[in-house]
Amino acid sequence: MSDVVEKTLTALPSLLSLDPQPGSAKLSSTSKLGNLIRGITELTSKHEEEKLIQHELASIKDQVSSPNTSMRQMKELMVRAIYCESLGYEASFTYIHAIKLAQQGTALEKRVGYLAVSLFLNESHELLLLLVNTVLKDLQSTNLIEVCMALTVVSQMFPKDMIPAILPLVEEKLNHPKEIIRRKAVLALYKFYLIAPNQVQHIHNKFRKALCDKDPGVMTASLHIYLQMIQENPEGYKDLTASFVTILKQVVGGKLPMDFNYHSVPAPWLQIQLLRILALLGKNDQSASAVMYEVLDESLRRAEMNHNITYAILYECVKCIYTIHPKSDLLEKAAKCIGNFVLSPKINLKYLGLKALTYVVQQDPRLALQHQMTIIECLDHSDLIIKRETLELLFRITNAQNVVVIVEKMLEFLRVNTDDYTTIDLVGKVAELAEKYPSDTMSTVFSVGGDMMQPDIPNSFLKLLSEGFDSVEEDRKLRLFAVDSYITLLQKEPGKLPQRFLQVISWVLGEYSHLKDELEPTVVLKLLAKLLDMKHTSSETKSWILMAMTKLCEGGAEVSVVREVSETYSSSMDTVLRQRAHELQYLSQDSELRAKVLLRDNGLRPLEVDSSLSFLDGFVSEALAAGAAPYKPPHQRQEELAQAKALSLEPYGLSLPMSMSSCSITDRQSPTLLSMSSGLSGDSAEISHKGGSTSLKLDGVKRVWGREGYLPQRAAVEEAAQVEVPCTLRSPSQQGDADSSHSQTPTSTPTPTEPDPEKQQLASLFFGLSSQSSVCLMGKPEPTPHRFRRKAKGVTDPTSSSLISTPSNVEKLLCNNLLDSNIASELAVSSAKQITELPQGLKTASSDIKQNNPSLIVDNGIVAAADEDPDRPKDLCLISHLPAELSELCHSEITPLCTIQSILCAVNSCQYRGDGIFPVAWGGPSGSSVLIQTPFNHLHQVTHVSAELKKSTQCLSFAHSDVTFPCRPLTVSTEEYGTMWLSFSHDTKQNLTLIGDGQEALTATLNVLKQKLQLHVVEIIGQEGILSCRLLQDQPCLMHCRVHAGTLAVWLRSPVPDLPDCLIYHCQRALQEY
Amino acid sequence: MMIKFVLMVNRQGQTRLSRYYQPVELSRRAALEADVVRCCLSRRKEQVPEGHTSCGSAAAPLRLLSLRPLCPQCSFVEYRDFKLVYRQYAALYIVVGVTDAENELSIYELVHNFVEVLDKYFSRVSELDIMFNLDKVHIILDEMIQNGHIVETNKTRVLAPLTALDKMADG
Repeated sequence: MSDVVEKTLTALPSLLSLDPQPGSAKLSSTSKLGNLIRGITELTSKHEEEKLIQHELASIKDQVSSPNTSMRQMKELMVRAIYCESLGYEASFTYIHAIKLAQQGTALEKRVGYLAVSLFLNESHELLLLLVNTVLKDLQSTNLIEVCMALTVVSQMFPKDMIPAILPLVEEKLNHPKEIIRRKAVLALYKFYLIAPNQVQHIHNKFRKALCDKDPGVMTASLHIYLQMIQENPEGYKDLTASFVTILKQVVGGKLPMDFNYHSVPAPWLQIQLLRILALLGKNDQSASAVMYEVLDESLRRAEMNHNITYAILYECVKCIYTIHPKSDLLEKAAKCIGNFVLSPKINLKYLGLKALTYVVQQDPRLALQHQMTIIECLDHSDLIIKRETLELLFRITNAQNVVVIVEKMLEFLRVNTDDYTTIDLVGKVAELAEKYPSDTMSTVFSVGGDMMQPDIPNSFLKLLSEGFDSVEEDRKLRLFAVDSYITLLQKEPGKLPQRFLQVISWVLGEYSHLKDELEPTVVLKLLAKLLDMKHTSSETKSWILMAMTKLCEGGAEVSVVREVSETYSSSMDTVLRQRAHELQYLSQDSELRAKVLLRDNGLRPLEVDSSLSFLDGFVSEALAAGAAPYKPPHQRQEELAQAKALSLEPYGLSLPMSMSSCSITDRQSPTLLSMSSGLSGDSAEISHKGGSTSLKLDGVKRVWGREGYLPQRAAVEEAAQVEVPCTLRSPSQQGDADSSHSQTPTSTPTPTEPDPEKQQLASLFFGLSSQSSVCLMGKPEPTPHRFRRKAKGVTDPTSSSLISTPSNVEKLLCNNLLDSNIASELAVSSAKQITELPQGLKTASSDIKQNNPSLIVDNGIVAAADEDPDRPKDLCLISHLPAELSELCHSEITPLCTIQSILCAVNSCQYRGDGIFPVAWGGPSGSSVLIQTPFNHLHQVTHVSAELKKSTQCLSFAHSDVTFPCRPLTVSTEEYGTMWLSFSHDTKQNLTLIGDGQEALTATLNVLKQKLQLHVVEIIGQEGILSCRLLQDQPCLMHCRVHAGTLAVWLRSPVPDLPDCLIYHCQRALQEY
Repeated sequence: MMIKFVLMVNRQGQTRLSRYYQPVELSRRAALEADVVRCCLSRRKEQVPEGHTSCGSAAAPLRLLSLRPLCPQCSFVEYRDFKLVYRQYAALYIVVGVTDAENELSIYELVHNFVEVLDKYFSRVSELDIMFNLDKVHIILDEMIQNGHIVETNKTRVLAPLTALDKMADG
């Protein structure tokens, strides 16, 4: 073949004119491509390149549409078009010709046609449909190479809707004698599984056949499908564990043909794939893991060769060992292996070691301790990615002792970092740490992180600042510190600060600058006014500043500054700014009104939020009486809107069915009817809430900062609309009924068969476990504890004080991990007792459900207040009125609630459906119209049923029964609690009133919550307590309480967005009622 | 875990080959590639000692596998929310974008396997071979990676379809 020297670009022209010699003369038949590439390479400017490519594209365009172009020339044109596209210039006119080439070309031409199609088109491109016939033809071809090509392109891209057309042909190929055809057929099926899993559901047994294929290549191909399927459902493939282990054993043992080796390592990528599958299968499964131990051990032993690829296998092996059920000697070997990686002078290995360590410390933080010194060295490594990976690792092992050092290191990195993505990621992490372990690093975060921060970060910081910590003095100090440092910042060069930070600054100054006695409000006002005048200040920031000024202005000397500002902005084009300016103007002039509207939070008395918005009740009832439409939660409105699309086009069209609102008016005699789910207060409150999203304190109530801005309040509004309003509007006697029955339920022993209160309590504790029907209750195993052994972000004890000590030397960085895990395990022992009680409780609960439905209802507090209407028809067969969609479900006794005129309104069958148990209310002369109410609108079952119900036209209002929060106790140990706590992202904090006083107050209060809301008390330690509950199977909510200054500081966390807010509301209510 | 793209670029930052396994709009590719190249090439000063440099366009084209560059720097770079694995062969860089969960070292070796396959097919592959046989390099790559997953690493089997095509063309 041509000599190296010959292949120089200077010699190109002569080379390019050589005759084609396929396979060897590589510059064959590409003279034009050669010219193009040479031309491009010689260019110096982007502009010239563009000119050249445009010229090239024009010439390609000419030739592809010419009828005289041969397929061979077409192939060459296609390669040139591919080249142009790879430089970023679109050549869409060639797409159709690529399809034509695949259709009409032969051999390599055809292949290039297919290649061009797969490079040019994306999977949703409409031209792809034109390829289907070509593929069909090629699949039926007798030429194996053509079949191969067709299968290759199918496994790269294929229109989803056309799969049925070729599926039988592809299936047929699974039995082809040639391995390459079988292998490619399996890969094509894998593609189908990825884009349309239900299309290939029926051929799962064929996947198994492929897995057992005598050719290792076909088996390897099938592993892609299995990895995917096992990821989605590990339980379904446990029976294959032994097969995968056997395969891995054979591969590791060198049973594959030699050509599968890579640098004498047998099929390394296959080994890695198998290890990934095993990790998925062995996770949380002791028996499956036991099958793997031997082969994992062998993998570790075999991979002693000094080559990158063996390290890659080792890494996967270590990850697998730490994912599956632990075995001590394997863990030891894996740990040693990680040690070798981390200590290696090879940077790639060091990186992989750190990555493995990051993964592993989530299971066992002690390993980080072993490599303490190396980790510290890595922090100062010259390579950025090593530093970055180390920070990632540190983030996972942060605790109260080392947080300061770690955050410092992160900030150090942030300052030199220039990449936006890394900044966002890291700032988020620092903020998370700062929230977990409060300190004053946030200023730095804000100024460094700038405007790239997620908006929830400053919000949660302000929340932190306003809610304070344990001691009033600490709060004061921190706030003073913030005021001081922000004043200094503003005095320097505020122009450089990011907008978000300016917003934080103005809020803090407005709120807390009065804490600093010697600071004149005028000074602050002037600084703020200066900010307003700056060019770069956004209007959102300006509105924050104006609000701060409103809070600051107390009359006196500062009035002149304020007047000037308010005059400037009261004619602003921005409506929000104008509104703020007017507020500022009026409030600065009327000090009485100002004192009333803006309560100064002096940190001594925490302001209670009236989350039920009861002060709006009067307004609501008036509006309803005047014929206003009752409030509907957004999801309901949307559903209805979707149903009545035609209606929504009308300019003034009502989004609710007419029957609904007219019904509310005609049945006005009965206040209960009117009040049904009427949330007009919600509507109005929402408007004010929208306006208030930038106004902090002007609503008259103290703000509630949540991760999603004002969401907590909004949720509370919905709650109020659904639950609170009906109650307050109900006639006094009725309300009394409801309340008394409600408050009695948990403690009363309604049936003689249940005399033992403790047993009853247990039963109610496990009531929620009956996720299926009562029949299969016993068959349903309680989730094993390590089900919750999720990724913990650092091992810390959530019950420990959130105040931090401040060690400053690097040596303390890692020292606390051991300590923490010890505490956690001690706690676990002490709460283990509770777990052992579980099976008994389960039995009790099931017998309850089977034999004693009425008592069950009472246990759960879901009994309705029956209306004492003498006209009530007593002999009605209520069951017959049950709507069809509900009658087949298991349900409790149906309690008639009330009758109004001729219409029956029965309430309260307890329905079991899937995992949910919830109260149902229904009514109507023939059971045709039903309404369901639930205090928690995320129960999807409910929305499902209620969607059906909307179809019934005779929509009836109904009286809301006094329903408790439909949660069940969640039995977890303190250790699990700790892990779960850290992994949940949605939280809320609030202060609740304590019941009783003195030492017993906490226990008493928690007991009330336990009885009323079925919360599970995990543990009470001193003045702190932790509780847990869950809604559906996978909707846990955790609660952390601490007695603080005469109130109960409650912190709730859950993975479900609205659950904490919902639960806090019910806690509040339960305690009020007590 | 998956491969997002494979790029082949030369030291001047010119793209020789690009293959995306996740849809990226054509208009955004050039910017992404330039960015990726900048990320990887910014490290080259430390990576290749002066004596080892060779020029792809003026002097003789260098066999890709002829020398192993020293590697005092990490071959993995964080880029946006994923990682880049890159490997240098003479004046040619092969950059692979992978998701964070991917095993970077196995991808690093996959790149080498790919180059070894090219070397076998072109017998002593150079940058020019890749430039002028864009279609064949693509066909080889398609045999090895599909949908962002490694589907074949056995060299003989990777090359089987292409050699068959060549034979057909030979008659």
